[in-house]
Parts: sequence; structure tokens; C-alpha cells
Amino acid sequence: MEQSYAIEMLGITKRFPGIIANDNITLQVKRGEIHALLGENGAGKSTLMSVLFGLYQAEEGVIKKDGKEVKITNPNVANDLGIGMVHQHFKLVQCFTVLDNIILGVETTKNGFLQKKEARRKILELSDKYGLKVDPDAKIEDITVGMQQRTEILKMLYRENEVLIFDEPTAVLTPQEIKELMQIMKNLAKEGKSILFISHKLNEIMEVADRCSVLRRGKYIGTVNIADTNKEELSRMMVGRDVQLEIDKKEAKPGEVILDVQHMTVASKVHHNNAVKDVSFRVRAGEIVCIAGIDGNGQTELVYGLTGLEPVAGGNVTLCGKDITHASIRKTSQEMSHIPEDRQKHGLVLDYSLENNMVLQRYYTPEFVNKFGFLKKKNIREYAERLIEQFDVRSGQGPVTITRSMSGGNQQKAIIARELDKKPKLLVAVQPTRGLDVGAIEHIHRQLVEQRDQGRAVLLVSLELEEVLNVSDRILVMYEGEIVGELDPKKTTVEELGLYMAGAKRERVEA
Amino acid sequence: MKKRLTILKHEGVQSTLAALFCILVGLFIGFLVLLAINPSGAVEAILTIIKNFFNYPSAAAAKKYLGNTLVKTAPLLMCALSINFCYKVGLFNIGTAGQYVVGAGASLYAALALKLSWPVCVLFAIVAGGVWGAIVGFLKAYANVNEVISGIMLNWIGLYLVNMLLSGVKEQSSPYTTAISSVNGSALLPSLGLDKLFSNNKYVTVAIPLSVIIAILVWVVMNMTKFGYELKATGFNKAAAKYAGMNEKRNTVLTLMIGGAFAGLGAAFLYLTGYEQWATTQSSVPAMGFNGIAATFLGGLNPIGTIFSSYFIQHITSGGSYLDKGVYPSQISDLISAIIIYLCGFVLFFKYVLNRSLAVKKGGVKK
Repeated sequence: MEQSYAIEMLGITKRFPGIIANDNITLQVKRGEIHALLGENGAGKSTLMSVLFGLYQAEEGVIKKDGKEVKITNPNVANDLGIGMVHQHFKLVQCFTVLDNIILGVETTKNGFLQKKEARRKILELSDKYGLKVDPDAKIEDITVGMQQRTEILKMLYRENEVLIFDEPTAVLTPQEIKELMQIMKNLAKEGKSILFISHKLNEIMEVADRCSVLRRGKYIGTVNIADTNKEELSRMMVGRDVQLEIDKKEAKPGEVILDVQHMTVASKVHHNNAVKDVSFRVRAGEIVCIAGIDGNGQTELVYGLTGLEPVAGGNVTLCGKDITHASIRKTSQEMSHIPEDRQKHGLVLDYSLENNMVLQRYYTPEFVNKFGFLKKKNIREYAERLIEQFDVRSGQGPVTITRSMSGGNQQKAIIARELDKKPKLLVAVQPTRGLDVGAIEHIHRQLVEQRDQGRAVLLVSLELEEVLNVSDRILVMYEGEIVGELDPKKTTVEELGLYMAGAKRERVEA
Repeated sequence: MKKRLTILKHEGVQSTLAALFCILVGLFIGFLVLLAINPSGAVEAILTIIKNFFNYPSAAAAKKYLGNTLVKTAPLLMCALSINFCYKVGLFNIGTAGQYVVGAGASLYAALALKLSWPVCVLFAIVAGGVWGAIVGFLKAYANVNEVISGIMLNWIGLYLVNMLLSGVKEQSSPYTTAISSVNGSALLPSLGLDKLFSNNKYVTVAIPLSVIIAILVWVVMNMTKFGYELKATGFNKAAAKYAGMNEKRNTVLTLMIGGAFAGLGAAFLYLTGYEQWATTQSSVPAMGFNGIAATFLGGLNPIGTIFSSYFIQHITSGGSYLDKGVYPSQISDLISAIIIYLCGFVLFFKYVLNRSLAVKKGGVKK
């Protein structure tokens, strides 16, 4: 049955200075199947795909296409072999039309003039066949992310690629779009295309994939038939231990109002409209309120306005009874902790040591500075060591490690350690688990709930539906800068949430 | 073996090695240029540059001219510290040259026209330089004007303002300002007996030890205080500094003001010794501020390293003046320092190569 494999990667080993990114990995994808590739961050998925796509050369191992050994020395070779990839961040020309983007690089010309008629016919045909709805004449900048992704898929099909790699394709989509994508992937597989689906979302893998290969720390763990497995087994294979997927939490006991936002408006930096329009809500002690929504609907600016990173254009923000609408960050940060969306931009001074980052908001307190303005380095060291220990922040050289050299997950842990140790009245956590693996996510979710149970108010901003439904006590959906719905996570469904997120449904929300 | 490798990993050691490497290559290329101009005297010429004051046969004369080199090192070091300090906060203070100019103008005006004593003259220089720097800072912080652009423009504004200001106190027959010693001796910096150490070189004053002390202070402030912690955080990552509640606008103004004050003080350190007089007709900004850039980078962006690099640059600049002007232009030493600046760009590259080869060796040991 050798022949039935479209792609085989046998015994692939790829080393980088200091680490083995892929250690003797085998991946066999059958023709016409959807094969999921599962693994934590840093497990070696991207390296393996880069080897397949010709971006890296493996030191050991062979790649076979349709049973024949091939040498993929650069991405052009991969293209010629019919291997195509939809990257996580689309590679589209914003001001070109869908059609132009699809034919870019493989244009048919006659006497130097483009022949678009034939291309249009072919694209419409493909679009019809696989249910890929696009408008060939729309510009990329005007269409939804979902349609951009379909454009990327059409690009691969137009080039008659046989093996399609999807790199975490659902991260940017609404639930409805995800459903559509799943259907499209199934259609493609039915037509004989082989699909490699890279993800760490277990639900999606369970729904769409035929088989799943798991990597852990650069090693090949195994391949399982999806029909014979379940989420628990997959996560165990991925993490190497049992993981609690659903978080246990007690009923919330909301207390007094900690954060009160009334008619807040925040200007946008990218366009002339306001990014946040007349938003009002409250967060009480002992509850987790989650702001859900698709990326770019004003959540970022909402948090900037709350925390003081950007000026508030209108309305009031009250924290623990004090008006903080225009207060300085130093003042508001006494009672508010902020796990920022962009950990490398706001959360950390990457060129500082870990210990210096641990005191980023406290270095000026008498604990760490004497009356002559000299830093108490011993206290800083001890404080950092305590947090590192308590929150299990892993790094090469402990407190003196330059933060830039740490892994993303541990950088995030460092921020969380610093912010939670402040024992704030209000915790604002923006996508605290972005890019982290299941084990770390579980840990962070538990800490959020713990904060809540200690009587703190938690405002969680998240794009991950599972997180929204799992962790929060109350959901506010943001769409185009407004809060369009308030939902109870116990009563709502992913579908209903999706309708609100896409702007298809809305209600009047009073704070 | 292992110990030697750990030493090589030390940041300071790497910077020093890299700087020495730049110097050697710089001198070598300078030598090639000398060869191209006139092959027969090239060896002698490069040695003349390197020898500087050792060209004098008697020890006393050599000491005296070492003194002269040091007199000019002090202002150079101050300019280098100005650039270094601002650079650590993420600001490229190319306006150091202009801040130096207004410092010179203010101190000379205070000494010659107002007939004030030296501490007040020094204060005038500090304030003038500080104000000149603060203007750049304000424009940067509150109007988002690039500090390089406003700095360069202020260099020229400063130059012509000072020329105008000082033309009232110049010698009648020349464009130079009157010698301080002939009008107001109290404005000259005290030497505290240091002149005796350098064969009675009267230009050797407290300026030299003071500049070294200030360099050390800069290091201490940057590495051990809350103020330094804030400034460096702002320099590394402005967004994070803002997130942490630091007042990054105020810090920007403050940094450029302090940098300007350093440059202004540097000018006082030169002109209040009487070593040089200001030419009120000069139409180019003095090179001191720009040489400070070279000294900063050659010094590995470390205030302590800057002490040595400033001396070295002044050393070859002074050495260049001993060349046979009929054969070689004295600018040859400028050329060498220019080459060294360019090579300083390779300092990072050099460190990278060193670290990589160390990493490979370490890996080898493990196996």
C-alpha cells in the first residue's frame, strides 16, 4: 500500500544550535485524507513544515512524494511538486483584487498583455466546485478575513496543488467561518486532495481530521485514527500528562462594583472613526467578565482607554469609586493589574534581565529603592527569585536571564507573576493564553479563577471561544466598537455567540 | 581553558577586544592611505601619529605635551558622555556639537564681558548647554520632532548666535576672542597644582580629573539608581516604559537636558583653561561634538570605556598635527578616526562571531 501515501517524511531530523527541533520524525499523509499535525508551541510543527516546504534542509531523513524520493531544496521545488500552503498570516496584496492575487506569479499573457478571461473562468469553476465563495473583483482590503482565506485556498487550487498545508487556519475566523472552512476542507479531501492541518485546537481536529500525528518536544509521539480516539487521549499525547480541559469552578459570588465604565469613547489610531463607541459596563468583585469578539472590533482600544495607555475621548471610568478617566498610569496601576495583549511591546523590556522586569512597576517603592535613589539590588533579586519559584517561570540563568532569550510562554508567565503578585482590585487580562500550549493555558485559567475566588474583579478579553465560554461568568460581545450583547456562558452556545460576534445579532445593553 | 572562555564571554572584555580590533584595522587602513600619498615616509608618518607627544626627545617636553592632549581629552570626553547618556535612553543626540557651542559662548561671554569668576562661568555653560538640549527634548517629546533633525538645525543656530554674541569681546585685530588671562584671570579654571605634574603646563586644570569623575558618576547613575533604571527602560522600550507608568515625555526632556549640560560643561572645560580662543568668524560647527560620537562607540557605549576611547582619539588627533604638512595633510588622523567609527559598526559583528565560536566550542566540550 506504499503507493497510497501522497507525502511521506521518513526519519526527519533537523538540528539548530543547541536544540534538536525535529528528532527522527515520521509523517505519512494518505491521498485524500485530512491529516492533523498536533503539538504544543515549540514541539517542532513549524520546523517540520518548513522542511517539507523547502525552507530548511533536514540533516537526516527522506521525503517521498507519491512514493518517489524527492529533494525539496527551496519553496519553488515544493510548488512544482504540488505542495501548497496557507500561512497563518496571509500573503496577499492588499490593494489587488481577489483575481489578481490568485493569478499573481502564474499569469497567462499574450504579447505581454494579461489574459484574465480564462483565469476568471477557471477561478469561478473552482470556486463553484469546492464551495469557495469569493468575489473575484473585490479588493483584498475590502473583504472579510474568511474570504481572504478562501482566496488563499483558491490560490493553491489554481496552481493545481495536490498537497495543501493549512497552518492554524482557524485562529482568525468566527465560529460560522470555521464551520464553512471545515466543510471546504472535507470537500477538498473528497476530491482527492491531501490536507495537512496544523492546529492545537482539539475540537477542530476531532471534527474534521481522519488521522492525527502528534509531536512533543521535537519527537514523534504517534499517529492515531481520529475515529478511535478522544480529546483526552490527544491532549495526553501532546502534553505528556493528563490535562484538565474543562475548568472546575464554583458559582461566582459577585460583590461590590469595582470597575464602572460609562459611555466610554476612544479614538482610533488607524481611521477617523472612534474605535470604541459609547461603551458602558460594570465589573464586580468576585466575577470574571469576558469581552468577546473578533480581533479588531475595538477590544484593544477599550483596554488602552481603561488602563491609560491611550487617552479616553469621552465618558467616565471609575475604579473602586475613584474617577480614573484621566488619571496617570502610575496611579491607576496601584489597584489595577494589566496583562497586556502584546507582551513584548508593553509587558516587558526584553533587553532587561528577568529580575528587572519583575519590578517594572514597583522599582520606585521603598522596598526596592533607598532614599538616595539607589536600587536595592539584593531585594530585587530576592523578590524575583520568589516570583520565579512561585509561578514556575523557567529561564536559562534565573533572575539574570535576559528576557529576550526566554520562550514566549515563560515571558507570559513572568508577566502574570508580576501582575498577580500586586494583589490588585481589578485584573485586566488581554488574551492571556495567546500562543500558549494546553498545559500553560490550563494553569493560567486556574489562576484567573483563583483571583476571582479571592474576591478580585477580573476583566478578560479573549478571542478564543472556548476560553470565553469556559472561564467567564458573564460575556459581553463587542462588535465594531460597541457592546452588542450580554450573554450567560451557561446558557449560550458557540453559534449564538458567533452571531453576535459577526454583527448578525444585537441587543441593547445597559450597564 | 574553561576559565579563559568565560573571560571571553564577559561583556566588557568583548567590547575592549572589539575596540582594539577596530583601532588596529583603522590604523592599518590609515597607513595604506599614507602609503598611497607618499610611500617613502609612510612608516615614519604613522609612527609619528601613534607617538604623538613622545616625538619630543626630552621627558619634560613629552610630559608637557601629554598635558596638552589631556586638556583636549576632557571636553571630548564630556561630549562623548553627552552622546552616550542620551543613546542609552534611545536618543541620538547629534545636537551635542551645538550644545557644546552654546556652552563655549556662554562661558566666554560670562568670563570676558561680564567678568565673572570661574564657577559662575562654568554654571553659565552648563545652563546654556542644558537649555539647548532641552529644546530638542521638548520638540521630541511634545511635537514628535526627530531629535537628529532639530539637533542639527540647532547646531547652526547656536554657532551663529555665539559668533554674534562673542564678536563684542574679540581682539581688535583678529577674529579671536580676547585671551581670558589678559582680561579676567579669575575666570580661568584652577589647576590645584596639577600643572606641576606636566612640566608647568598651565592649561592642565581640574577639568581633567572632573571629567573622569563625571564619567564614573554616569556609570553609577545608569547602573545603580532608580533614575538610571527608568531611563534605560525608556530607551529599550518606550511602550513598556509607558505601561509601567514612567513619564516617558519628561524623561526625554530631562535626558537631552542633562546631555546638553554635559556638552556645555565640556566647552567650559576647554575654553576656561585659555588653551583655545573662539574664532568669531568660524563657519563650521567645532568637530568636538562629532568626535564625541566616535569616542562613544569606540568606548563600547560604556562611560568608563569612553574615558579611554576619548583619550585615544585625542591622542591620534594630536599626533596627526606633527605630520610633515608639506607631504601629508594633518586630516589623516581624522581619517583614521573616521575609519574607526565605521569599524565600530563591526563591534557587534565581532561580538557575534566571538560568541558563536564560543558556543560551538562549548557544544564540543559537552559531547
